[in-house]
Amino acid sequence: METIVTGILLGGTYALISIGLTLQYGVARIMNLANGETFVAACFVAFWLFTSYAVNPLWGILIIAPAAFFVNWGIYSLLLRPLVDRAKNQGMLEVDSILATFGLLFLFQGLMLRGFGGAYTSYQFLADRFDILGTFYGLNRVVAFGAACVIAAALYLFLYKTRYGTAVRAVAVNPNSAKLVGIDVAKAAALAFALGGALTACGGTLLSTFYSFNASMGVVFTMKALIIVIMGGVGDVRGAVIAALILGVAETAVARLIDPGLTLAATYALFVLVLLFRPQGIFGRQQA
Amino acid sequence: MTRLTHREIMTAIVAAVALAVAATLPLFDQGYYLSLSLNMVMYAALCTAWTLFSGPTHYVSLATAAFFGIGTYTVGLGLDHMPFPLLVLTGCAAAAILAGLVGAATLRISGVYFVIFTFGLAELIRQIVSYAQIKLTGKMGLYVFTDFTEKHVYWMLLALTGVVFLTGWLINRSRLGFAMQIIGNDETVAKHSGIDTARLKIVLFMISGAFIGMAGAILAPRYPYVEPPAAFTPMTSFLVVIMALLGGTRRLWGPLIGVIPFMLLMDFISVRFPNDTSIVMGIAFLVIVYLLPDGITGRLEQLWAYLKKPQTQPQPVTAEERA
Repeated sequence: METIVTGILLGGTYALISIGLTLQYGVARIMNLANGETFVAACFVAFWLFTSYAVNPLWGILIIAPAAFFVNWGIYSLLLRPLVDRAKNQGMLEVDSILATFGLLFLFQGLMLRGFGGAYTSYQFLADRFDILGTFYGLNRVVAFGAACVIAAALYLFLYKTRYGTAVRAVAVNPNSAKLVGIDVAKAAALAFALGGALTACGGTLLSTFYSFNASMGVVFTMKALIIVIMGGVGDVRGAVIAALILGVAETAVARLIDPGLTLAATYALFVLVLLFRPQGIFGRQQA
Repeated sequence: MTRLTHREIMTAIVAAVALAVAATLPLFDQGYYLSLSLNMVMYAALCTAWTLFSGPTHYVSLATAAFFGIGTYTVGLGLDHMPFPLLVLTGCAAAAILAGLVGAATLRISGVYFVIFTFGLAELIRQIVSYAQIKLTGKMGLYVFTDFTEKHVYWMLLALTGVVFLTGWLINRSRLGFAMQIIGNDETVAKHSGIDTARLKIVLFMISGAFIGMAGAILAPRYPYVEPPAAFTPMTSFLVVIMALLGGTRRLWGPLIGVIPFMLLMDFISVRFPNDTSIVMGIAFLVIVYLLPDGITGRLEQLWAYLKKPQTQPQPVTAEERA
């Protein structure tokens, strides 16, 4: 029970980075391997705001998320849009975007190593205990999970209840048909990419309240998010949330019951199961 | 098999002479230059083996570090029980089996799954190897004591590179190579001509993985102490991708053109700016994507085609230009 609750609390943060990635890959068709760097950068900015200006990380999100939105918008328009335009087919775009975002990954990682060094960093925020069904959990973890739920709910309302959100979902389903009903696909893709970056940054900010982070750990989170995205079905927000919670629980269970050094093995075991039995994802439709 | 053309015989002679000249290097220097050349030959072998698979299929494989580490670790584990040549073959086989498993799980579906799977593969194998070693023997890492010095490793690697080139050339002449060419150009066409695309991709991935595992095994005696984080460092995978693409993957010798300048650059960077290697790698990736999409050899071929075209005569207007 304790394992499941801890896993779900961790899964909340995974959900945000995975939703971010699934928007970027499912809608903008860019497999953003530098997504984890946005995540880690948000951790560091939250840390800097908290220690230098005593800004509560929960309020810090209000600064960090819009900043991440604009930075990602810029990256998409300046660097990735030209790749979309020159690609002759989806396969070429995939190879190009993988290589370009690898470039960004190493560049940002290198810059962060320069700026913050390679050491693990953390700060004390809401380090109290919180009682759930007779067991104590870190209050910061519970608060982070609550905030993640609020953010995910807001995104859900945006995607399913507004015209812009519907346009974004339409592009995820089929960019060519979306064009036919008058949707500005290029704009929707840029919006989705920027939004994905903002959500990832929210995840990073929340993670920094209860987890120690360093400049080179982004890759690990990108990897987990990628696997969650595949599990949930590319472009599917609900699938990403459920897959993130499953992964959070599976990882915590393996770490507790077998060995903390085998968390990635747990992730891969899930990944292989998905590849063998449901390669289209939990909610994905069978491709023709 | 067709008969060798005049040009192929000439290329073979030039390649053999180049190998022979490279093999004399340890007679002149046993220090810095040998070490640097060893790195170059190592990456030449790795990048060419990588290109065997990733060149025609356009799948960015990041599994290099996993295969390499398995080769290294096999030698470390078995050194007390088996002769070295047998260990190299075992490492080679182990890497091929891993490649087969990964291929069977991912290459039947689309290429994205393959990239994501290989992205974390080295880290996964590292975790499993560390866990198994601690559980079974209670210690981490291995000592590799052999009579080999750097020059022996260098010669073995040079021979391996020769074998990789020869294999690549033989593949290109074979039915497998022809089928891969069709798959690379248009997979749907390949399927409709009765090519079992998934199976061929898996076979090619296994060949490529086997050579990478062999290189890892040969490299093991270079370090007296091998531990999982060093043997499975993901950097190997990324550097191989950069150098192979920098050179260009359309030609068998393309990666070689990327390896030499990039190794010199990395050598310079790691001495002058040791903390900034990630930044350099990041920039290298961006340069490849935006400036050298077909690598240096791709650009050279463009230049060659441009120079060969008669410049003075007016060009006839083709149907495409008119349209």
